[in-house]
Amino acid sequence: MNDKTELKERLRLLTVIREEALLRQRDIYPREEKVDTWPNLVVKELIALLIFTIVLVVWALVQDAPLEELANPGLTPREAKAPWYFVGLQELLVYFDPWMAGVVLPTIILVGLALIPYLDPDPIKGVGRYAIGKRKFAAFCFIFGFTMWFALVAVGQYFRGPGWTFYLPWESWETPKEIEVSLTNFPMVAGIAFLACYYILGLSIPAVAFQNFFWRLGLIRYNITMILLMTMMLVPVKILLRQVLHIQYIVKTPWFNI
Amino acid sequence: MNIFVQMWRSLFRTGVTDSPVHRVFRVVVNFILHLHPARVSKDGIKITYTFCLGGLSVLFFIMTALTGGLLMIYYTPDVDKAYANMLDLENVIPFGMFLRNLHRFAAHAMVISVSLHMLRVFLTASYKSPREFNWVIGTGLLLMTFLLSFTGYLLPWDQLSYWAVTVGTTMAENSPIVGAKGPFSVLGPEEDMRFILLGGTSIDQPTLIRFYFAHCIGLPGALVGLMAMHFWRVRKAGGISRPL
Repeated sequence: MNDKTELKERLRLLTVIREEALLRQRDIYPREEKVDTWPNLVVKELIALLIFTIVLVVWALVQDAPLEELANPGLTPREAKAPWYFVGLQELLVYFDPWMAGVVLPTIILVGLALIPYLDPDPIKGVGRYAIGKRKFAAFCFIFGFTMWFALVAVGQYFRGPGWTFYLPWESWETPKEIEVSLTNFPMVAGIAFLACYYILGLSIPAVAFQNFFWRLGLIRYNITMILLMTMMLVPVKILLRQVLHIQYIVKTPWFNI
Repeated sequence: MNIFVQMWRSLFRTGVTDSPVHRVFRVVVNFILHLHPARVSKDGIKITYTFCLGGLSVLFFIMTALTGGLLMIYYTPDVDKAYANMLDLENVIPFGMFLRNLHRFAAHAMVISVSLHMLRVFLTASYKSPREFNWVIGTGLLLMTFLLSFTGYLLPWDQLSYWAVTVGTTMAENSPIVGAKGPFSVLGPEEDMRFILLGGTSIDQPTLIRFYFAHCIGLPGALVGLMAMHFWRVRKAGGISRPL
């Protein structure tokens, strides 16, 4: 091959690559419009930085961080509360044993959050815009969990007094409260049956009712998604069982209780 | 050239000229700004798209890091001294209370902004390919934020911190298998998860020094490492997400 032909070949190759790249660019990023980072983005960042620095400085000037008495292992305070962002988990202690409220559920939450990108079967729907109407199921799951976390924080932080008793925020903690009605448990067999039915029906009914959804996700994605969802829904289910039917444990065994 | 003008101008390597080339150049050669691409998608810089939440999380982290560093000067992780240090900060050290307030409130703000940032990223479906793993790193950053706040909670060594951490570490004691009191526990109270966290069977000096290390070195280090990967991946994915 002489030099001229080789050059021709290489040019042709370049052309081909360039065309493909252009095509891909047009398909994936159809409406990309760019502006200079300086000053368009930098100015906005500077403004946000100034506003929130001022807000925090003013906050730190007008309010003091709490400091109580010296730590005293011998003196349990009337209310021992976790830091506010963990109070939701502490609130769950009303409904679950510590191994569930403090260990298993937070672990499931973290693992579940990390799995989200791999469970969502659609690679492009809603990207780059607040199109929750197009992603109703995904948006529902996330917003439900997000809201529940902060609702539990709010209840734990503002509605719980000494001994984790329910008090309205304006009620005095000196007001005596009726002791909660005695709680019952499901018999062991009934409890296990209840939980088994809860998960089996929770996994199978949507698979039959929404077959498109099931096939779009595939078996593995579908099962992981629904187990996570049903576990999240176990929290409101347990709250209802406790508040309405006064049931403490669904499953009570000598080794663990749920 | 006037010496003062010369000093002032020397700060800015790209000069004061404004032209398209200078704008690009200014971002590319700047130590901090080079985290950004020289040009960004127009959709991506709308306030109502990101609400600046990721950037604000960084801002709050920097605030806690700066105030935290200064607080370290006045703090000794010793159960006999820590509380007295708090009183000194409050009553003796100029702006001591202000420092502590700012540190605490910036930490609160960081927990909130990180949570809202995650909500924003979810609602705009920005975790989808090619950004899946960056979302996973983001959940790691969320965990680090929580753990940093939690470990910091013990350091004042007052009743509030002592009992809040008691609540937290009781949970560890109840872990299935690895907690002494949890279901199917295989480890005794002197070798379980709580023991590892506390460095003993009760919250005491070994706990304080562990939490101090985690709060000041271990977790911030992990957080900074994850942040670097997080931002790197944002850039490598072609900037923040935009409508397809």
